[in-house]
Amino acid sequence: MAREARPLLEMKAITKRFPGVLALDRVDLSVARGEVHLLLGENGAGKSTLMKILSGACPMDAGEIRLEGRPIQIRSPSHARTLGISMIYQELNLVPNLTVADNIFLGREPSRAGFVLRRRMEDDAKRLLRRMHADVRPDALARDLPVAQQQLVEICRALSLDAKVIVMDEPTSPLTGRETAVLFRLIRSLKASGVAVIYITHRLEEARAVGDTVTVLRDGRRVGSAPARSVSNDRLVRMMVGRTLAQVFPRLARPRPGAILEVNGLAREGVLGPVSFRVAPGEILGVAGLIGSGRTELARALIGADRRTGGAISIGGRPVRIASPRDARRAGLCLLPEDRKAQGLVLGLPVLHNVSLASLDRLSRLGFLRLRAERREVQGLVDRLRVRTPTLEQLARNLSGGNQQKVVLARWLAVEPRVLVFDEPTRGIDVGARFEVYKLVAMLARQGVGIVLISSDLGEVLGLSHRVAVMRGGRMTAVLPRRSATPERVMRHAMGLAAG
Amino acid sequence: MKRELGAAWALLLLAALLTVATRLGGGGQFLAVGNLTNILSQVCVTAVLAAGASFVIVGGGIDLSVGSVLAVSAALSAGALKAEWPVPVACAVGLLAGAAFGAANGVLVAWLNLPPFIATLGMMGIARGCTYVYLGGAPLFSFPAGFRVLAEGHLLGIPAPLVVMAVVFGCGHVLLSRTRFGRSVYALGGNEEAARLSGIAVRRLKGTLYVLGGAAAGLAGILLAARLDSAEPQAGDGYELDAIAAVVMGGASLSGGEGTIGGSLVGALIMGVVRNGLNLLNVSSYWQKVAIGSIILVAVLLDVGRRRRNS
Repeated sequence: MAREARPLLEMKAITKRFPGVLALDRVDLSVARGEVHLLLGENGAGKSTLMKILSGACPMDAGEIRLEGRPIQIRSPSHARTLGISMIYQELNLVPNLTVADNIFLGREPSRAGFVLRRRMEDDAKRLLRRMHADVRPDALARDLPVAQQQLVEICRALSLDAKVIVMDEPTSPLTGRETAVLFRLIRSLKASGVAVIYITHRLEEARAVGDTVTVLRDGRRVGSAPARSVSNDRLVRMMVGRTLAQVFPRLARPRPGAILEVNGLAREGVLGPVSFRVAPGEILGVAGLIGSGRTELARALIGADRRTGGAISIGGRPVRIASPRDARRAGLCLLPEDRKAQGLVLGLPVLHNVSLASLDRLSRLGFLRLRAERREVQGLVDRLRVRTPTLEQLARNLSGGNQQKVVLARWLAVEPRVLVFDEPTRGIDVGARFEVYKLVAMLARQGVGIVLISSDLGEVLGLSHRVAVMRGGRMTAVLPRRSATPERVMRHAMGLAAG
Repeated sequence: MKRELGAAWALLLLAALLTVATRLGGGGQFLAVGNLTNILSQVCVTAVLAAGASFVIVGGGIDLSVGSVLAVSAALSAGALKAEWPVPVACAVGLLAGAAFGAANGVLVAWLNLPPFIATLGMMGIARGCTYVYLGGAPLFSFPAGFRVLAEGHLLGIPAPLVVMAVVFGCGHVLLSRTRFGRSVYALGGNEEAARLSGIAVRRLKGTLYVLGGAAAGLAGILLAARLDSAEPQAGDGYELDAIAAVVMGGASLSGGEGTIGGSLVGALIMGVVRNGLNLLNVSSYWQKVAIGSIILVAVLLDVGRRRRNS
């Protein structure tokens, strides 16, 4: 494709300081018309801040932004949109009770004398959707659409605003494989029509399928840029963290004999089971499966977060009655939930309170907190897990994703669990922090904790488990020893194609 | 913490302004021992309500029924006194009645999953209605001296209502900031699902919050009846809003998870000081309502501004 000499968008020496942190240090970014520009970096590297500045959600301290050669001052997100810069957030921002057409033209409905011209609006919406090859009715309600189609509607909204630059923040994380393919086709057609796409991601392989250029940020600085198709994974990972891929999975110790967790016929009417399995002390049981295969339901039923209709659980050989997460905690069975912001952390409370939350019984006497013991213990865990936080008083909200995940993990380590269930422990976490989480999982196993590791990242399940269980339609369809668990075999079981 | 300090500064500033204004006005003086104790005695009913409301609000709920629960508790205590029950028993009746209405709120919110706004709005009507039914529309008055001591007595030279208020806030502060219970309340208000998955018994905790709020309303009802020497069917009408306003001015967030007992005390004092000052300056009670409403708005606006700067 012929590129113009002058880039479409130039960000020069962008600097942003937050209290105590230099979030962006003279970062440059330049994007051409019709280019798909990947933005890579660990959490806390500054990607989100840079994009927030571009989309008007956050002012910059110094620097210059030029669009089509002209310097621009971005005052607010709506101002950014009128300038032609649209951001598509991970958490989609549609109004659930309005139709697709309403959402696309929200606030700019074609109208005459104050009355909305519904027909025209729906026709315009239909035209946009067709341009995206989207099989979505303009009069469907947003809340009835699957996530992938909601995302599409957001992209249409951006296009209806004549977006010149569209920023996508981890767009594939809620999508299935097929939906991802659709999104990529869409990105290619955006590209063909001259729109520039800035694409934030953690998934290298995937992104390489559509990206032209990669820019890597680390600790608020721009490390460098490279052509997306030819640069090696190793080099990218090195740019991001200064480590190579071969080191990612730690060595596992042999599990001990016996069973620390034994589950028989665990079921929840209509969504789960019956499921039976066992985990030995020091064993990591990986759980693979497609989205909707019942993995999270299994985790939640195990710890009593959702009502179940059958099943017996034994821990360390003794039957336990688990009717609530409280019972589970008392039995030493703990869950790191998949969505750490919505289910794991209390974002408005300090790290100290978040970590001690599950051990308040032990850390208090006659109901009164032993504040010094609490602080000592939390400090110990924060050091041990290397949570990067200036003080224990820092609000959980202000930590990066990886550090937030460590805070939730620290909370459970404080109760000395016998079985830990990890649901998507590395979702939205950068490579460096991932490696640390893996090491922690392996270390816990070495100490004799039984581990159930649920993940959509097949490489992670295969690299970090002694055995791999595969789920489909709410049941465990196979349990494979690590040696015979190849990605192909696991996928065949997950999709119901396997006969062994 | 900083936000409570902000409220405390606002309180001092108001006090200084009123000192100067009343001196220039030449009438009753704001800065006089008699007046200051007067303010504290007047504020104690709202303050006790606010202490209870702090728990409910920090825990992510809201209780609109406390004004009516105050009235029903006062009426029942008064009835017991009129039946010549011993004073401590009569007080216990009021406290337990408050706690019982609170427990009913707790069941509706925690076990039957009603939104707290609706559940306590219903309870507000029920409690007020019960008061009218019980009193037959007419007040009960003239209580024994042993009861009026709660308003008129002194302990070591300190007026009894102040002693009660000090005890309530002392215990409330320790309970919210130093105990396992208090810590769980912040977690509940900040993120209920995370609290539940961490093994906190969320329903029981929520229920307890409303019981505390109701018991505080019961106590406030007893204090009010002792001060007025009368239990009236319309007692405490609208007090729930004063209590909520005090808590919010003291730095709590209506979305839960933030706020302190000390802050709520400062909030209640601000309301009391403003009311008293306006009285001394001979501002009509109609304009006082306008002034107090505006102060609440300004306080919350300042807070919203501060939050935005911080985030």
